[in-house]
Amino acid sequence: MEKIIIEGLYKIFGPHPEKAMRMLNDGHSKDDIMEKTRHGVGVADASFVVNAGEILVVMGLSGSGKSTLVRCINRLIEPTAGKVIVNGEDVTRIGKKELRHFRQKHFGMVFQNFALFPHRSVVRNAEYGLEIQGVDTTKRREAAMQALEQVGLKGWEESMPDQLSGGMQQRVGLARALALDADIMLMDEAFSALDPLIRRDMQDELIDLQEKVQKTIVFISHDLDEAIKLGDRIVLMKDGFIVQQGTAEEILTNPANDYVARFVEGVDMSKVITAETVMKKYEAMAYLSTDGPKAALRKMEKAGISSIFVRKSGKLKGIVTARACRAAADRGEKNLAAILDTDIQTVAPDTPANELFPLLAEEPHPVAVVAEDGHLKGVIVAGSLLAKLSEVTNPENGSDLDAEADSESKITV
Amino acid sequence: MKFPENINIPLDVWVDRAMDWVLNTFGGFFDALGTLILYFMLYIEKFFLWLPWPVLILGVGILSWRVLGSWWSGVSMAAMLFFIGVLGLWELGMMTLSLVVASVIISLAIGIPLGIAMASSNRMQGIIKPLLDGMQTMPSFVYLIPALMLFGLGKVPALFATIIYAVPPVIRLTNVGIREVSASVIEAAHAFGSSYWQILFKVQLPLARPTILVGVNQTTMMALAMVVIASMIGAKGLGLEVLLAINRIEVGRGFEAGLCIVFMAIIIDRITFAMASEKKQ
Repeated sequence: MEKIIIEGLYKIFGPHPEKAMRMLNDGHSKDDIMEKTRHGVGVADASFVVNAGEILVVMGLSGSGKSTLVRCINRLIEPTAGKVIVNGEDVTRIGKKELRHFRQKHFGMVFQNFALFPHRSVVRNAEYGLEIQGVDTTKRREAAMQALEQVGLKGWEESMPDQLSGGMQQRVGLARALALDADIMLMDEAFSALDPLIRRDMQDELIDLQEKVQKTIVFISHDLDEAIKLGDRIVLMKDGFIVQQGTAEEILTNPANDYVARFVEGVDMSKVITAETVMKKYEAMAYLSTDGPKAALRKMEKAGISSIFVRKSGKLKGIVTARACRAAADRGEKNLAAILDTDIQTVAPDTPANELFPLLAEEPHPVAVVAEDGHLKGVIVAGSLLAKLSEVTNPENGSDLDAEADSESKITV
Repeated sequence: MKFPENINIPLDVWVDRAMDWVLNTFGGFFDALGTLILYFMLYIEKFFLWLPWPVLILGVGILSWRVLGSWWSGVSMAAMLFFIGVLGLWELGMMTLSLVVASVIISLAIGIPLGIAMASSNRMQGIIKPLLDGMQTMPSFVYLIPALMLFGLGKVPALFATIIYAVPPVIRLTNVGIREVSASVIEAAHAFGSSYWQILFKVQLPLARPTILVGVNQTTMMALAMVVIASMIGAKGLGLEVLLAINRIEVGRGFEAGLCIVFMAIIIDRITFAMASEKKQ
């Protein structure tokens, strides 16, 4: 279900945005417009949807317009043109008073610099949103306490924000947004001010929390690793424009243009690439019920491999090596059951590549990628994994990838 | 070279005319206002003259001890107040004090809302700021003239002049205090759907309080300074003693009254300043 729909959203900073809009539509660049009209382009022609219950990460470098974009959603920044439809209602059209109620009901927001109220205790920070809605003291205190417990701050209720570490302060920020029980969370670089270890913890906790609360989250980040970790989908911005949107893997393996490709370069691909992407199709396959050692040997010879997976009625049963087959053939055995090695390493299709390395190092045989139903999807050999990694991290080397990106890119600058 | 005399604006005549016009048109209003202020002041003065001296000294002692944080400051503040009585100037001191208290109360009642208004828009700031600059740079004696014309001689014009002189700091610092509140905190308040008044009372004013209290301290000190000058238009009190001593060249009498004013200034300053900085921590 679509929770937020953004259509043709523009934000031009300055007193007379009309001219800047015209120039923008004529294809002038952000710098060009700044020079000629003294108007800044914040967001240009942004369109995307956020589905209910998903984490959408809006990513870009500083100045790319991502923070402006998220503020246009709850109109902390007034959009110049376009529609922001939340729960079927166009937020850009409602009056001031309705807007306040709309924010109270639907938007919890978490800020990069925490933006806690320094004169209020932790629990009074957490209950702020309900307090201004006029919820009575005991009720709002209860909700605030519950939210604090969710973020692991039980026992800190009476502390003042400046007595807490950065990570804990942002937990208060998170609790303040959660206590509202709003259905949408806007998180503006929520973890960027935290040091890397704490940041990773908070990301993990957000994922856990999201499993429980199932909010619709728009998460702003400049960190691609963070975006990949948190985002069900990613919207990538540059100079106010959306340059690409899709799942992490779509963006990484298929960058829409050079900019995305460069952005993507620094990412630790082994975390992003899954077994499914790096596996090889497995063409040679022995069948337990019909193939004997000689047939298996022949298949291996043809495919140029030294071991072969064996399956029966669509399911992976084990592996036999060429050496064992030759020995069995010499002994005159007619089927593979006796020499079948059933103790094989299998992985699920969505296993990250960095977990595959140790397996490949330990296993003498290729690693099988097996779907939940036991069906063999492909195999991973060390060579194919490394080749795929180097291909996606250095797109200029993999010429076929570039060609693919050009033909498939949906949105380009 | 002499400046040509024919290039001349009769500003003094215009101001006089304007003043006459104000008096003729709004005379009744100022009379009513004057009476109102007079009752307010008399009420406060009555209170301070009624207040038994040991109670006030003890009260000031305890208050100083609490806010300044040491028994020694409590004792010394109480001793200074006691000394005013020893010099035989208790009653005059109380009159001065009541004038200060009355003008500070009115100054805050005017100043804090004006400061809030000034913080709420840049245009308001643009209008009020030059007025405040003018009020503060103008020699304080100048206020005595219109005050005298509007309210005649006595306590009311003294109070009026004192307020004009003393109100700018609290306006300025209320403005600064509110504007100093971090924009991100205000943004957060907006994001949660707060109204203007909710932001003002739940976020801006509490966070601006230390700065506003510094303004209160400054306003109080300026009120005390002006009260002395205001004795020239008939406000009884320590200032009048100084004025009489100057006229009669009685050095000793002037010294006594001057010393009492200094003591009073120290007491008021220490207590209000400590209250301001206490809240800051």
